[in-house]
Amino acid sequence: MAFLVRQTLVYAIPLMIVALAGVFSERSGIINLALEGMMIFGAFIGVTCMNVMVGLGWFDAVKASGNMWTMQWLLLLAMMVSAVAGCVFSLLLAFAAINLKADQTIGGTALNMLAPAIVLFLVRITAKQNNLLLASGDSATWFMIKKSMWGFDKSYKFGFFGDAFLNKVYLTTYFCIILFIIMSVFLYKTRFGIRLRSCGENPQASASLGINVNKMRYAGVMISGALAGLGGCVFAVTTANASANGDVAGFGFLALAVMIFGNWKPLPIAGGALLFGLFKCIAASYNTLDVNGDGVYALASIGLDSNFYRMLPYLITLIVLAFTSKSSRAPKAEGIPYDPGKR
Amino acid sequence: MKKDSFFQKDGVKTLLASLISILIGMLSGVVVIIIVGIFNESISAGGIWDGIRLVFLGIFNKARDAATGTLMFGFNPTYMGNMLFRAMPLILTGLSVAIAYKTGLFNIGAPGQYLAGTCATLFLALSIPTSSVPAWLVWLIAFLGGMLAGALWGCIPGLLKSLLNINEVIACIMTNWLSASLVTWFFDMSSLKNVLEGTKTGYIYKTSMVINDVIVDGVQTVAGSSIPEGATVLATRGGVATSKMGLDILFKGSQVNGGFIVAVLLAILFYVIMEKTTLGYQLKACGSNRFAAKYAGIQDRRNIVLSMALAGAMAGAAGSLYSLSGNTEFFWTTYQSLPAVGFTGIAVALLAMNNPIGVIFSGIFMSYLNINGQQLTNLTAYNEYITDVIIAVIVYLSAFSLIVKTWLNHKRKKKTVSPAGGAAAHKEEVQG
Repeated sequence: MAFLVRQTLVYAIPLMIVALAGVFSERSGIINLALEGMMIFGAFIGVTCMNVMVGLGWFDAVKASGNMWTMQWLLLLAMMVSAVAGCVFSLLLAFAAINLKADQTIGGTALNMLAPAIVLFLVRITAKQNNLLLASGDSATWFMIKKSMWGFDKSYKFGFFGDAFLNKVYLTTYFCIILFIIMSVFLYKTRFGIRLRSCGENPQASASLGINVNKMRYAGVMISGALAGLGGCVFAVTTANASANGDVAGFGFLALAVMIFGNWKPLPIAGGALLFGLFKCIAASYNTLDVNGDGVYALASIGLDSNFYRMLPYLITLIVLAFTSKSSRAPKAEGIPYDPGKR
Repeated sequence: MKKDSFFQKDGVKTLLASLISILIGMLSGVVVIIIVGIFNESISAGGIWDGIRLVFLGIFNKARDAATGTLMFGFNPTYMGNMLFRAMPLILTGLSVAIAYKTGLFNIGAPGQYLAGTCATLFLALSIPTSSVPAWLVWLIAFLGGMLAGALWGCIPGLLKSLLNINEVIACIMTNWLSASLVTWFFDMSSLKNVLEGTKTGYIYKTSMVINDVIVDGVQTVAGSSIPEGATVLATRGGVATSKMGLDILFKGSQVNGGFIVAVLLAILFYVIMEKTTLGYQLKACGSNRFAAKYAGIQDRRNIVLSMALAGAMAGAAGSLYSLSGNTEFFWTTYQSLPAVGFTGIAVALLAMNNPIGVIFSGIFMSYLNINGQQLTNLTAYNEYITDVIIAVIVYLSAFSLIVKTWLNHKRKKKTVSPAGGAAAHKEEVQG
């Protein structure tokens, strides 16, 4: 059970934060189909950054010092670098969509193609293979928070709470949850956030009140890029074992689905991400899943095919969408280039 | 009314915009090659020059001179034919995206429809006994079955969109992954896994292979073209492949076959449907303004489903023709990744500005880049992904080439508006 909670969070967190990235862009009026590309780029830059730190001998120095908590600061640094990279990458979308008034769907598709192409081109030249790995160790040895780091030895019984939330977890989970809350409050309760959202509903009215619509939309896309880049780094560390191969297993597109699923609102998005994460987790580990701790793998004993469980997350999403889409409401001005003369 | 000069024609301008995008895309590829070459010590100046030449002319490459190590160029029928072979699925997935786009739908579900087509085609081609049904008929059934499977799979997002108002992008993404898992599941249970060639694990039989259902010592099993002694043959399956239609003589040593011609004919067929028939007009009307079309008495819901079905049929045809070529093999554990050819179809359609005839040329252009990229990987320190960078840049530019075109039109309109032409100009504005 503790495993289920822990693993669900691992899948849900990148989805949650990247879906929120989508909210910032779309609420300012720009369709962001490029979440996948931004994640891929962020993951690549994050792993590259970690590799540079390995090359500088920082990781080994931390290990020698004996205090593995210092590693968490280095992970945080890599995440920040990814966020900046995602932000810079998103400027391409902002420029095309805002300054050139281009078709936002096509612009996003272009970025989704550009990111894996550039990443694979560079990875192949530098690493001589299609996958950029950490030069030494893996993400579990470097970044995972384990029992020993809290000062307990291996035989100590942590209990459900400890096993689910303190043992074998990554800092990224808690960092992202806090960031998710802060950014949601920022979007709903601050003057900036409300102005940003108004640009996605009726930009002409916003402009009449002295808001610079283009600046707001730039801000929306750039925040979106930063969050998506960070989400890419989180994905690389927690599920891809700190490697970058120009692919994030479609998580960017899934995040897009979670965003629409969550009706462009933070709280339903968090719920949607957790639901999707749960089924993703079941699909990945149903045959070793012991829900109530009696040593019986309940789902495996039903005898359904593994392919059925793999289809579940997508099937559930479609079914829930079928029930909720009647009330679904996208930002009104989303996808329409801002034209000051139009009323 | 004055006739437009050659450069003012709408089609010519679209073509020019595409050509300029292509040129800028290729040049940015060259810039990346030069920058990477300068910063990477293992690449010499000669290596950079080779890289640049191969990006443009890889298809004319005839391998390195054994003595001097320099690249030799000339007509290479193998690469030329392979270019057409790889263009075949790209034209069809491009067509798929273009048809949906005309109806205002973004068909990102082509990979899933492609897989559905592949699955149905392989099943039909390898299950119907060629000992009792002629091979050409099996080919036809398998091809039509593939198209039908793609169409049905494309219907799902269409139905979800028209009946339940679910965003088609999300529905397409979900059905893509569903299709990937379903196809894996289907082949996992099927008896079509290649067991005759011991080295091939995880692949389905080629459709061109001859498979005999035999009984040896009372046990039913399968055998290849050489039947073991004392065995009773129950039925023969397989041995189905697209006719070469003489293209193998034209392009010696290449994989090209009649599928390319089928793809081109389908593109022309869709051009006629879209431009000359009521159906095409209705589909396009739904694309420009769904509600206005409804007001004019066009059944918008029916047309959305129909458009997605046609789009799905084309993506299914792509998978179908690719597997029917006889020399391709399908890796059936596909649930972890989606076929890239479906996504490249988006680029093909966008470069062609969703014109079915344009799709033929942009499909060929994409596979030309693909072949050039392959040469880069084989012969230099660079790799094929540079061509993906070029394609991405071209798609990025095509996002605003439409805007540039309208801007050009707008400028011209201002100049030529006369009292007599004022009404016409106004009418145009209302339409736009």
